Amino acid sequence: MAPALVWLTALMVVPCALVLALAFFRRGIYGGIDYTFTLENFGLVFDPLYAGIFLKSARIAGTATLIAVVIGYAAAYAIAAAPRRWQPVFLFFAVLPFWSNYLIRTYAWIVLLNREGLITQLLRWFGYTGEPPSMLYTEGAVIAGLVYNYLPFVILACYAPLSRLNPELAEASRDLGASAATTFRRVILPLTVPGIAAGAVFVFVLSIGNFVTPALLGGGRFQMIGNLVYDQFLTANDWPFGAALAMALIAIMLLVLMAQAMAANRASGRAAQAAGGTDG
Amino acid sequence: MAERSPTTRRTLWLVLTLVFAFLYIPIAVLVALSFNEGGLPTAWSGFSLRWYVSLAHNSAILSAALNTLIVALVSTAIATLLGTLLAIGVEMRRQYGKGLEALIFAPMIIPDIVLAIALLSFFSMINLTMGLHTIILAHVVFNLAFVCSVVRARLKSFDWSIVEASADLGASALTTFRRVTLPVILPAVIAGALLAFTLSVDEFIIAFFTAGAGRASTTLPMQIYAMIRFGITPEINALATIVMAVSITALTLSQRLNRGIIGQ
Repeated sequence: MAPALVWLTALMVVPCALVLALAFFRRGIYGGIDYTFTLENFGLVFDPLYAGIFLKSARIAGTATLIAVVIGYAAAYAIAAAPRRWQPVFLFFAVLPFWSNYLIRTYAWIVLLNREGLITQLLRWFGYTGEPPSMLYTEGAVIAGLVYNYLPFVILACYAPLSRLNPELAEASRDLGASAATTFRRVILPLTVPGIAAGAVFVFVLSIGNFVTPALLGGGRFQMIGNLVYDQFLTANDWPFGAALAMALIAIMLLVLMAQAMAANRASGRAAQAAGGTDG
Repeated sequence: MAERSPTTRRTLWLVLTLVFAFLYIPIAVLVALSFNEGGLPTAWSGFSLRWYVSLAHNSAILSAALNTLIVALVSTAIATLLGTLLAIGVEMRRQYGKGLEALIFAPMIIPDIVLAIALLSFFSMINLTMGLHTIILAHVVFNLAFVCSVVRARLKSFDWSIVEASADLGASALTTFRRVTLPVILPAVIAGALLAFTLSVDEFIIAFFTAGAGRASTTLPMQIYAMIRFGITPEINALATIVMAVSITALTLSQRLNRGIIGQ
């Protein structure tokens, strides 16, 4: 037990503490670090230029999350509604693509969205003769890549509560005169909020710090927080600012995780009520 | 769930079909193109293995593959040993604190890029020359966490009285571990190792930051990233197909041994 803890302390706790400390130092004149205490780096995070990148990252990650949740929930619902013995099979195949390399899955989208890619080919085949549409190196391509890469996890996260739903609840709701839409909105959806929240947080957190997808599908023209951190460390050699950006990224993640915990708590309270718990 | 109208059922099947098409078409296109004589998505010009042959002659890719194998094997071996011991230690003494729990789970939660820059800063501050060895040190950090959690899941249903019985019968701690504990948890240990191996083979960001300069420590994902950025050659399709086949096989095996998170 001890060697593992030593390993984790030496190669995780210490380096992470180091990055935290770095954020409070000045950048040296020739790169490197000047060991004078400063809060400038955190101030710079709120500079309109960088704050703009934060907002843009949040917007891209938020859009990807929304789309992934809608598609993922629909898929999870359909799987949960399939015959029992087929459900594990569907679930397995829904997660299988997730087990291949992230870069390869992203590259697959370059192949599809390329000027001469499959989508352009399909359009031609349907009689389209104009310029190939520019789909690669756009914000839409980045969002598509993020949705594609993280969708399997949303399906898993939403399937768990959906498969555990008591069918009698939906029947009861219908017997009491609720339409299918009302039953979904007032019974099924609230009971599955924890799954949705877990899936959404996963997509959002991984998307907002991502730098590979914007670099490959955005063609380097789309800076997100991850790319900014990458640049500060590997190009601009401004480690203190890069460290401050990383801390800001972690702060956003913690906020999102706290929001999720709160949503899950409220939903579980409601679930207890809906299930006729005496503590409700 | 309750019985459904035919329209509802049709809609559900349509949703499933569309989602699976979305998930599998990009991958299928890639795999198909790897066997395309011309190699470019423009047109199908006949079945060919030429991209696989040319991969076998690409020295940059072969050396990257060898590096990946070294990193994955060594970091998996270390992580499996340490992670298993950690799991046993934690499960035997149930009264561990929240801090320890957080320490074990942290590497699975910390964003890759943060761990990557943290390790880069750390290695350069202690003046450690970076290369394959630093990638291995880094990969053990997150592999350890995954092995530990897989083995711990198995240990939850472990009957500790058999360990006591073994000790009562005069076996040393080592003999007990080798002949009693290990055989029971072995499937989980192998599952954890397979998971760690695959994660290590596929890992890009941390390796990218901790590899240091120079091509000598380029791993396969780093090579793939460079190939994608420098322009698309049909060789990537063949390489992608092979890497995908290896990961999926290893993880399917790992799931089976672990009796799956999925499929229960």
